Amino acid sequence: MKIVVCVKQVPDSAANLVAENGVASWGDAPLVINPWDEYAVEAALNMGGDVTVVSMGDENAKEALKHALAMGCQEAILVSDPALANVDTQGAAKALAAAIEKIGDVKMAFFGRQAIDGDAGITPAQTARVLGWPALTFTASIAVDGDSVKVERSVEEGRQTVSANLPAVFSIVKDYGEPRYPSFMGIRKASKAEIPLWGLTDLGIEAPASVVEWPELNNPPAKDVSVEIIEGGSPTEIAEKLADKIMAEKIL
Amino acid sequence: MKTWVYIDHFKGEAVPASWETIGAAKSLGSDVTAVILGTGVDALAKAAFEYGADEVVLADNSALEDFRVEAYANALSPLVTDAAPGLLLFPTTSRGRELAGMVAIDLNTGVLVDVIAMELDGDKVVATRPIYAGKLLQKTVCNASPQIITVRGRIFAKPEAEPGRSGTLTKVDVNVGDAPTTVEGYGESTGGVSLADAGVIVSGGRGVSNNPNLTPPDGMSDDEAEVWRAQQGFALITDLAGVLNAAVGASRAAVDANYIPYANQVGQTGKVVSPDLYIANGISGAIQHLAGMRNSKVIVAINKDPDAPIFKMARYGVVGDLHEIVPALTVAMKAKLGK
Ligand SMILES: Cc1cc2nc3c(=O)[nH]c(=O)nc-3n(C[C@H](O)[C@H](O)[C@H](O)COP(=O)(O)OP(=O)(O)OC[C@H]3O[C@@H](n4cnc5c(N)ncnc54)[C@H](O)[C@@H]3O)c2cc1C
Ligand SMILES: Nc1ncnc2c1ncn2[C@@H]1O[C@H](COP(=O)(O)O)[C@@H](O)[C@H]1O
Repeated sequence: MKIVVCVKQVPDSAANLVAENGVASWGDAPLVINPWDEYAVEAALNMGGDVTVVSMGDENAKEALKHALAMGCQEAILVSDPALANVDTQGAAKALAAAIEKIGDVKMAFFGRQAIDGDAGITPAQTARVLGWPALTFTASIAVDGDSVKVERSVEEGRQTVSANLPAVFSIVKDYGEPRYPSFMGIRKASKAEIPLWGLTDLGIEAPASVVEWPELNNPPAKDVSVEIIEGGSPTEIAEKLADKIMAEKIL
Repeated sequence: MKTWVYIDHFKGEAVPASWETIGAAKSLGSDVTAVILGTGVDALAKAAFEYGADEVVLADNSALEDFRVEAYANALSPLVTDAAPGLLLFPTTSRGRELAGMVAIDLNTGVLVDVIAMELDGDKVVATRPIYAGKLLQKTVCNASPQIITVRGRIFAKPEAEPGRSGTLTKVDVNVGDAPTTVEGYGESTGGVSLADAGVIVSGGRGVSNNPNLTPPDGMSDDEAEVWRAQQGFALITDLAGVLNAAVGASRAAVDANYIPYANQVGQTGKVVSPDLYIANGISGAIQHLAGMRNSKVIVAINKDPDAPIFKMARYGVVGDLHEIVPALTVAMKAKLGK
């Protein structure tokens, strides 16, 4: 069974982000594989097929691909084209769908639930729509039986069991289980891997029109809070003072 | 500009953010058409008028009983094509996000996700959305029609309901087509106040397990004893939450140590919340946690360590042991709220 997992390279979650001249800057914080996508890789590897990891981005994205290879994926593909540099989620979905189709015969395509840079959380559903496949998103467990699949989804109102036929798109949530660490052998193998680069001509698509623009990027207004430490006396006395302060905020 | 607002609901119960989204649309000065899909959802139409919708388009179809995003997109996209609104708004729920995303693919347009402010520039909405979990704010526009936007909950005021207010109700037929998924069943609902809708959140971190005065039952391993201690600690937090009608949140450290389920995690890889009041107990204030709750109106921190970074975000702080302060605060709040 052929399986694809889509991963994105993002600034580390501990990075201090600032807008500089309208561009996001993360100083010398490292770029890492999107933390959600590690769960997706874990799920893909557990399906017991050949797993190809795909990332759309520039040369840097190779590091995310290598991380996934080191976790155990067999092959990696970098989707990269100058015309995809500032593409919106619709464009990304079209490019990823084209890559999945070019790989061919894919039964399951795995995604993270959200990229922690853009925080859109819609690429899996949009890619599914482009492919015409069911979107089994926010999935916490997967049972495959021949060409049919049953998943447990973890949504706002609790768990939901959904069934569908393959091929399908999946996005994976943390409840699925912790992702494995890259193995020593895996890291060695990944460091030597040749990663093919697919541009738009390879994908056989035109540059997707990017209709969403982001003309401005700003730092959030500085929050001028200075903390008032409530002190003096027993816990009961402190709690009484704190309760008065909370009541005075008139929010309850 | 003709504006449509999608009313998101779970089994016929609207999420409050749906009504806030009507309010957000009205604040742009346009008449609002609410669009409602489902089975037996007439009551939602009535509520939509009361919350300010001028028109309601309602599709009642048995294939729409369970929310299945493909079925809903199959129904919604043609309705939007026919009516051609310039603006289509959704509340940002997981359903709203994905439905907006699929409709955008169908209609060859774009989505601005999880927006917290909107202003009009002619017929174009300039939207502000937090990215990198709120560490930066992006201004963004959609250069195709309809402009599709999902609006974050608890940002725009919920309109005052006007009982008896009414408008034009249009019932439409939809063709759901082939929807490729079947909902087999629902697990037990998690119960309690949901983090996303909560006006007040009481959260606990790793410090919740740190109560050396408790003696765990005999025969527990160290890990089990730690979780047992944490459960006693979270019971204090849940008591306070009960008095404040609040949701219970947690840090990732608490989730990773199995003190509490992942559904309660607040932060960059948990839920991003913006309650009026956030009480952080035994949480240090790591950047990934702050990213999830920095937009809370009033933050209270209770922590043993005076240098904990959480105090830099907090309006009020107590340097002390949460196991002493939290129960005392529960008693004090109970008295003040007359409970
Ligand atoms: C990719 C990634 C994503 C992450 N995402 C998230 C996320 O979404 N949400 C999140 O929360 N974290 C996240 N983290 C983890 C984050 O970096 C911190 O490790 C975590 O928030 C720490 O949790 P904590 O504050 O409960 O624990 P600690 O940092 O261990 O702090 C415990 C605090 O409790 C205090 N304390 C101890 N005993 C008591 C007592 N008896 N009374 C009062 N105070 C006491 C201590 O002084 C201390 O400040 C993420 C990390 C990574 C790498
Ligand atoms: N450039 C990309 N390359 C590969 N996968 C991506 C890319 N962007 C998004 N994804 C996938 O889509 C998921 C959701 O992303 P988003 O909708 O951008 O939040 C991510 O967790 C990835 O699995």
